[in-house]
Amino acid sequence: MAGKTLYDKLFDSHLVRTNEDGSSLIYIDRQVLHEVTSPQAFEGLRLAGRKPWRVDANIATPDHNVPTTERSGGVDLIVDPVSKIQVKTLDANCDEFGILEFKMNDHRQGIVHVMAPEQGAILPGSTAVCGDSHTATLGALGALAHGIGTSEVEHVLATQCLITKKMQNMLVRVDGELGIGVTPKDVVLHVIGVIGTAGGTGYAIEFGGDVFRNMSMEGRMTVCNMAIEAGARVGLVAVDQTTIDYFEGRPFAPKGEHWDAAVAEWRGLTSDTDAEFDAVVEIHAEDIEPQVTWGTSPEMVVGVSGQVPNPDKEKDPVKVDGINRALKYMGLVADQKITDIKLDRIFIGSCTNSRIEDLRDAAKVVKGRKVAANIIQALVVPGSGLVKAQAEQEGLDKIFIEAGLEWREPGCSMCLAMNPDKLGNGEHCASTSNRNFEGRQGFGGRTHLVSPAMAAAAAVTGHFIDVRELI
Amino acid sequence: MNKFTLHTGIAAPLDRANVDTDMIIPKQFLKSIKRSGFGKNLFDELRYLDEGQPDQSCEGRPLNTEFVLNQSRYQGASVLLARENFGCGSSREHAPWALDDYGFRCVIAPSFAEIFYNNCFKNGLLPIVLRDEQVDQLFREVAETEGYQLSIDLERQLVITPSGEEMTFSIDGFRKHCLMNGLDDIGITLQNEADIRAYEERRRQQAPWLFGAIK
Repeated sequence: MAGKTLYDKLFDSHLVRTNEDGSSLIYIDRQVLHEVTSPQAFEGLRLAGRKPWRVDANIATPDHNVPTTERSGGVDLIVDPVSKIQVKTLDANCDEFGILEFKMNDHRQGIVHVMAPEQGAILPGSTAVCGDSHTATLGALGALAHGIGTSEVEHVLATQCLITKKMQNMLVRVDGELGIGVTPKDVVLHVIGVIGTAGGTGYAIEFGGDVFRNMSMEGRMTVCNMAIEAGARVGLVAVDQTTIDYFEGRPFAPKGEHWDAAVAEWRGLTSDTDAEFDAVVEIHAEDIEPQVTWGTSPEMVVGVSGQVPNPDKEKDPVKVDGINRALKYMGLVADQKITDIKLDRIFIGSCTNSRIEDLRDAAKVVKGRKVAANIIQALVVPGSGLVKAQAEQEGLDKIFIEAGLEWREPGCSMCLAMNPDKLGNGEHCASTSNRNFEGRQGFGGRTHLVSPAMAAAAAVTGHFIDVRELI
Repeated sequence: MNKFTLHTGIAAPLDRANVDTDMIIPKQFLKSIKRSGFGKNLFDELRYLDEGQPDQSCEGRPLNTEFVLNQSRYQGASVLLARENFGCGSSREHAPWALDDYGFRCVIAPSFAEIFYNNCFKNGLLPIVLRDEQVDQLFREVAETEGYQLSIDLERQLVITPSGEEMTFSIDGFRKHCLMNGLDDIGITLQNEADIRAYEERRRQQAPWLFGAIK
């Protein structure tokens, strides 16, 4: 019999029962809650007279709606009345049910997928869910983690379990060495370009090969974060010494005897050498250059030296239609050079790219330079209060401010523009976020997904440029 | 939850691939703490020419007359015909809530994104996967005939066209059972409470560090 993949191991170790129709009930060790997808779940519990199954399996923080400008006045001073109600509702629900929450002005508050690993709240070998599709991020830790809908949030609160079906296994293997200026974001954008936005549907993707072994935990989180943009709810990286070192000393990580026992268990969290994958994609690191999306789906991506595609060269009518629609929405023409795309705004942040290494990458590029005159606004939004404090200790805030970028409070911000940070109609943005869908960053806004270094390079030149020319 | 057994209704064709949940219900409407009332903002950016705001009445907003749901022949549609990878992107359950609130009972497409697909079943909305050529055929027929209606028989797992042609679809037994009976998943899961407790005890022995740490 073939060995097990990492996904198989995680799934099997959490199986409570298999139902007659082949669906499974799996146990969920952790749930992370935020203000947008939880209110209706808590309301459902109340209406049914239910209580959370296990309060200590949950952790919450507001992130999607919070303002990123000065906010020491607290929740009552949130200008948007609807956002304010949502943040207050999360506070009230967590208080009522006794769930640990890092409230808006707690220094540990942040984007759920930045805060939870940083706290050691999600551990290798565990299962974790959150009402947010970017929960895939947490697979970088060697945890089985994926996004769920609000009904499932309620289901997990009430039963500590999820009804699910086992996924298939896909291995995305990237061997070789990345070139200078090529980052984890470029790797994952390239992968999405290769397999397509639905290429991973039905699969758990394990990222393997030299590139991921040599990648930091933060880089792995960036990669797994965007597994969902390839259609896969789960992205995974096997546990190694890098993983174990990352967890030592984190607030909710095991201590003492428990630490030793946990590490012993975690070391087994890799795919067996004879494990069989249902699909394998192999990519050479040397083929990846800094990436830029030109269209309205993350799969519409090319290298910075490339050009916008020409629909006349495409045969599939659904694809031709998609390209034409995207060109029209993005205000681009076929065969236009990527480096000729002028930008209006820059956004450095989001659950994909708002950790300390991302900020260091961006700061390195803007240091000693100034934001170009045609850029209306360049935002840097750290992923959590702790990332912000670390960056300030390293003086990164000063580098950004000196160069003319804005240094903000932590939150999801312009990634989805639920708070006041958004694009104007027709504006082009170099964004380190994860989705370039129509209207995602503001009505009529035009998003180009890039790495933090590429966004920083675009900020100081006013258009896309190969960051390798600046470093 | 609404039961779903038999349904017949007007089909509306949304002819584009990769329709994401941001498109189904834009983020400004996610600020509600309720499950209802999203229908008027379904496909807001495609349906209206201006930018919609939460709590705003949609009466009198400028309509995009080219958009399918604004065409008189598709008024009252309850079956949405869509293309591949429908519902991709954000996990927001507001997407099926909005489709349901608008009046859709069923979405037919060659493929769906998984989180959206799961979310539909929790809300009495039936997502049906048909083969590419079948979906192509339905798109052609709906364009040719005004008032084109499809019937869906969940018990027999059939989509039935006006000419009586039957297209079979597959669906998980458990999901079918819940949908046909309007059952709430939580109640069903809690019938397995003893199994959950037993698993939890074993887990507590094996990985005690996962218990009691977060407080």
